[in-house]
Amino acid sequence: MGGLIPAAVLIADALSGQLGANPIQRATLQTGLLTLALLVLSLACTPLRLLTGWTWPARIRKALGLLAFGYGVLHFVIYLLDHSFDLTLMTEDVLKRPFITAGFTALLLLVPLALTSTPHAVKRLGFQRWTRLHQLAYVAVSLGALHYYWGVKKDHTPPLISAAVIATLFLIRFLKRRPTRPGTRAAKV
Amino acid sequence: MSDHPTPPDHADPDSGERRILTPGTPNPRREFLRSAALFTATAGALGGGLELLTRRPGGPGSAEAQGAAFTRPARPLGPYDTSEAVTPYAQATSYNNFYEFGLDKSDPARMAASLKTRPWTVRIDGEVRKPMTVDIDTLQGWFPLEDRVYRMRCVEGWSMVMPWLGFPLAALIRRMEPTSKAKYVQFTALLDPKQFPGQRQPVLKWPYVEGLRLDEALHPLAFMAVGLDGRVLPGQNGAPLRLAVPWKYGFKSIKSVVRITLTEKQPQTTWALAAPQEYSFYANVNPAVPHPRWSQATERRIGELGRRKTLPFNGYAEQVADLYRGMDLRRSF
Repeated sequence: MGGLIPAAVLIADALSGQLGANPIQRATLQTGLLTLALLVLSLACTPLRLLTGWTWPARIRKALGLLAFGYGVLHFVIYLLDHSFDLTLMTEDVLKRPFITAGFTALLLLVPLALTSTPHAVKRLGFQRWTRLHQLAYVAVSLGALHYYWGVKKDHTPPLISAAVIATLFLIRFLKRRPTRPGTRAAKV
Repeated sequence: MSDHPTPPDHADPDSGERRILTPGTPNPRREFLRSAALFTATAGALGGGLELLTRRPGGPGSAEAQGAAFTRPARPLGPYDTSEAVTPYAQATSYNNFYEFGLDKSDPARMAASLKTRPWTVRIDGEVRKPMTVDIDTLQGWFPLEDRVYRMRCVEGWSMVMPWLGFPLAALIRRMEPTSKAKYVQFTALLDPKQFPGQRQPVLKWPYVEGLRLDEALHPLAFMAVGLDGRVLPGQNGAPLRLAVPWKYGFKSIKSVVRITLTEKQPQTTWALAAPQEYSFYANVNPAVPHPRWSQATERRIGELGRRKTLPFNGYAEQVADLYRGMDLRRSF
């Protein structure tokens, strides 16, 4: 629910002209940042649980992931709006510009994750396969950070910070998973 | 079916429905309130946190900006003017790339007060017969000031229409009396991290340097601006003296110039040094040559929601295309 506050503020900003002289560009930037931030938060849940033993991060993980997907879709829709929903232009962008390719691929990877976010899907796929599938989130978040890095004209500090956070989260997973209880490794993602 | 002891006889008749409240048993209502509070707090913290992390101030809003209608100076359009609608002053002065003040578009307007534009001197040197250091007021007093309404196309894909006030660069260069060795003009912006907080970060190689080939600089469209919309040029727009070369991407139009040097060799310009594969010395607006990360075929005029087609040389092809005859503008982009 809280994750919807930025969307509400964004809409309020847009209506009151607070997005500045180039509102579409600002909205694109903001939804993109929100997507990446939420994706990183959802991926922080497991390391946080591993480090602290708390269970609440695991309970909000799905909500965070779905919110990330929602903002990703919004980001994409605003991009399309920016290009007057011209699919030829979009295809050209996706095929020719690595920056767009990375972002678009990241979003596509999130689609099956969002579709299989129900308990029913977990049952149907089996926990192991479901877990495997949801490891796509690692690829998606990495591509998302790359997309952010390539999208910035000059100051690469914020994208590098996001990449560092992602790398730290991966490292915690890796360190926490390997030495302890190797038998249950696959299940401990 | 149940081994539970029956309630004691003296219990309240309807206590069968209620649970006896001891510290150990959860009270459903209290539990509900607790989780509601927890939920609200979490939601608030998450939403607020995300907001802090991702929202950036947009500067004066477009609605507000549209209210401040611009009054065009009552004068006939000159041969170099565009008749397109001028970008509202509030937007032209609040949406700026001027990394000396910061990386966000709203930073320049916010920080411009730290720039002291008087006293201000401009050094004129290099391949000239009369090298000198001249006060800005003296310099601009040399020439009758003209209005020029120019399109301005940023390499990022947005554009504005700017009502500059200033004088042709050619007039200044002729006054400097170039020697026969002069082939290029190099411009240097002020270097002073005290006035330009953005220069405390090594985002670009400071000071900002730009340049033109001498024939480009002598073209009547190349303009030195000291004012905007009939007023003194605001700091965020490059006070007190800036270049305006409307057929090139905006970053060529260097701001807050302190030095103009005529050179024999092509100057090493800031963005061409920072990312040579993305920004070149010429930087002529060219819809046919995409930026490596986005197309340059279209642009958004600030204040409009849709995009319009970008024109070769930003619509000034008729005037300037001759300067580049015989050059491959895909390679010298």
